[in-house]
Amino acid sequence: MKLIKNGGFVEDRFATVGDEDQLPDGPVIVSLERWQAEGEALRARNTPVGVRLKSGQEPSPIVEDLDKLDVVALEFPTYRNGRAYSYARLLRERHGYKGELRAVGNVLRDQFQFMIRCGIDALEVADNITPEIWAENVGSFSLYYQPAADGRETVLSLRHRLAQRARERAAV
Amino acid sequence: MYRYDEFDHQLVNERVAQFSGQVARRLSGELTEDEFKPLRLMNGVYLQLHAYMLRIAVPYGTLSSKQMHMLAHIGRKYDRGYGHFTTRQNLQFNWPALKDVPDILKDLASVEMHCIQTSGNCIRNVTSDQYAGAAKSEIEDPRIVSEIIRQWSTFHPEFSFLPRKFKIAVTGTPDDRAAIRVHDIGIQIVQDDKQNIGYEIYVGGGLGRTPMIGKKIADFVPKEDLLAYLEAIMRVYNMYGRRDNIYKARIKILVHEIGAEEMKRQVEAEFAEVRKAGTLHLPEEEVARIEAYFQAPAYESLPDESTELNKAVLADRNFANWVKSNVAQHRVPGYAIVNISLKPIGGTPGDCSSDQMDAIADIAEKYSFDELRVTHEQNLTLAHVRKKDLQAVYEALKKHDLATANINLITDQIACPGLDYCALANARSIPLAQEISRRFADIERQHEIGELKINTSGCISACGHHHVGHIGILGVDKKGVEYYQVTLGGAADEKTAIGDIVGRAFTEDEIVDAIETIVTTYIGKRNEGERFIDTYRRIGVEPFKESLYETH
Repeated sequence: MKLIKNGGFVEDRFATVGDEDQLPDGPVIVSLERWQAEGEALRARNTPVGVRLKSGQEPSPIVEDLDKLDVVALEFPTYRNGRAYSYARLLRERHGYKGELRAVGNVLRDQFQFMIRCGIDALEVADNITPEIWAENVGSFSLYYQPAADGRETVLSLRHRLAQRARERAAV
Repeated sequence: MYRYDEFDHQLVNERVAQFSGQVARRLSGELTEDEFKPLRLMNGVYLQLHAYMLRIAVPYGTLSSKQMHMLAHIGRKYDRGYGHFTTRQNLQFNWPALKDVPDILKDLASVEMHCIQTSGNCIRNVTSDQYAGAAKSEIEDPRIVSEIIRQWSTFHPEFSFLPRKFKIAVTGTPDDRAAIRVHDIGIQIVQDDKQNIGYEIYVGGGLGRTPMIGKKIADFVPKEDLLAYLEAIMRVYNMYGRRDNIYKARIKILVHEIGAEEMKRQVEAEFAEVRKAGTLHLPEEEVARIEAYFQAPAYESLPDESTELNKAVLADRNFANWVKSNVAQHRVPGYAIVNISLKPIGGTPGDCSSDQMDAIADIAEKYSFDELRVTHEQNLTLAHVRKKDLQAVYEALKKHDLATANINLITDQIACPGLDYCALANARSIPLAQEISRRFADIERQHEIGELKINTSGCISACGHHHVGHIGILGVDKKGVEYYQVTLGGAADEKTAIGDIVGRAFTEDEIVDAIETIVTTYIGKRNEGERFIDTYRRIGVEPFKESLYETH
């Protein structure tokens, strides 16, 4: 597994720990269940902490905790299971989450751009993904019809900005 | 009709480049068939029994003559000289070579066409009324909102990996030709008492192995909020739709399991939030921009009656039959809507040769403002023909075997590709439809029987919409033998109903006689001028059961 964050290949400083595992030193990502059971102790360690949501776990239980979390990891159990795209947009757009939003699981190259548009800024990808493959796939499309979590300008807005400019020019 | 601007062009070209790269990786062996599958499925490329099949989107069923000529060209150059129009108002080519697909996509892009979202678990091509812009009772042209939805749903980052495919249909008239109640979302354009246009929303309709009729969850969504409302439905479905079982993954199952009331509550709660965020608010300026593309063509001012037409009808019995079944009323005096039957006697429903496509494109250019429609019943429509040109159009169509006078009659059947093409099928559909067609070949007899829709599916996926056929035929497999199960009383219009199973299935040798028996029973029981479906609604399944199972 490789980790891509904000477009760069980086070292993963977080350890993902199982519910029965002893906590290692340093930043950890735990399950929702463990966060709910041991949240206070985890916060008391004064070390960055993240929560990993399974595909059926919607973000509502952690909405109040978002300012205490450094990572929210969203599971894509198979590439076909797109539930977490909605979770990502809700976390970013509705709940104002500013920390790392990480896609984990079956993350295909053809999905990079969709994930980023939904507000995901970190992706755990297969080892065969190179910076070239990343660059090619993340730039597949340069225009967007619909608004999403990335705040990029939509085609609709571009059209009307251009029309406005043309009108202004005509007026001069 | 809608024309691409620089942005639409660029997006389609970027998609062609992306998919060409994916095909190259498959052909070089870098991708296995398994790895390639999710990619090709996002672009309308299916692996069928014998070959790849390519499905081309015809947004809301509207085509220009130029586009039709390009489809003819593709059929000739890359396929076997014909294509197949589908119940999704799309066109399928059954025999393209994978290596040619990038070139086909480039050809399509040159006439503003593509294969985007014609397969995969995403929001599919939006379908609509083939009489859009021409129907008398139309409140607003449904293609305006269809185009708005097309753009919003194209490469939607959140909704490209839904639990299952997702189909939206729109109609602008109270009489429904778009079958909106058997779609995942059905949109009925309505008007309030202050003349404001809004949308009635149905959700959770569908056919397949669990047929369901859509439930109305909104009476009036204002125009500027439509996308926000749709996004709310999609988000509820994406988060809560079942993903554990492919047969329970459509939105109809979610609506069925939680109930329409609860669905409505969840959608409304989500809608309130999306609306508050404001990013999907639809600006009047954009609606006006798209509306401008669908303005009425430059009609001539004509008397409603055409003496040429009246004379020709009296002179030619075949032409008179064609006018009676294939020509519909237009909202503008002196004009008519012409339906072109792709169901010649003994033919394959929906098939059209490249030569026919070229001929139809020329006729549309000359007589119908350069524009064509594909219908969900696998026929074509010329939406704006002068009544005085009807005979010339008829003669031109006749030359290409396109003037069969059977629209809405017993041989105007819907049939899925069936066992001849499809890996899922249990039974053959096309040969059966052809046999029924030959049995009822006599056009006079067909007119005597009147409106009667037979829909045939080769398996419970129900691609032939058998549940909503007045007579529905479903191919089933019993220990390796093909059988046909019959349902009666289905309908896909504003009185949508799922047909009732009549009884034990029929063998291949019995089925056409069984249809004959059903027809005879109906004729014996009908009141003066009563359509099959109305007789059935009045008398129910029993009389048909009796006559079917006492003679077999």
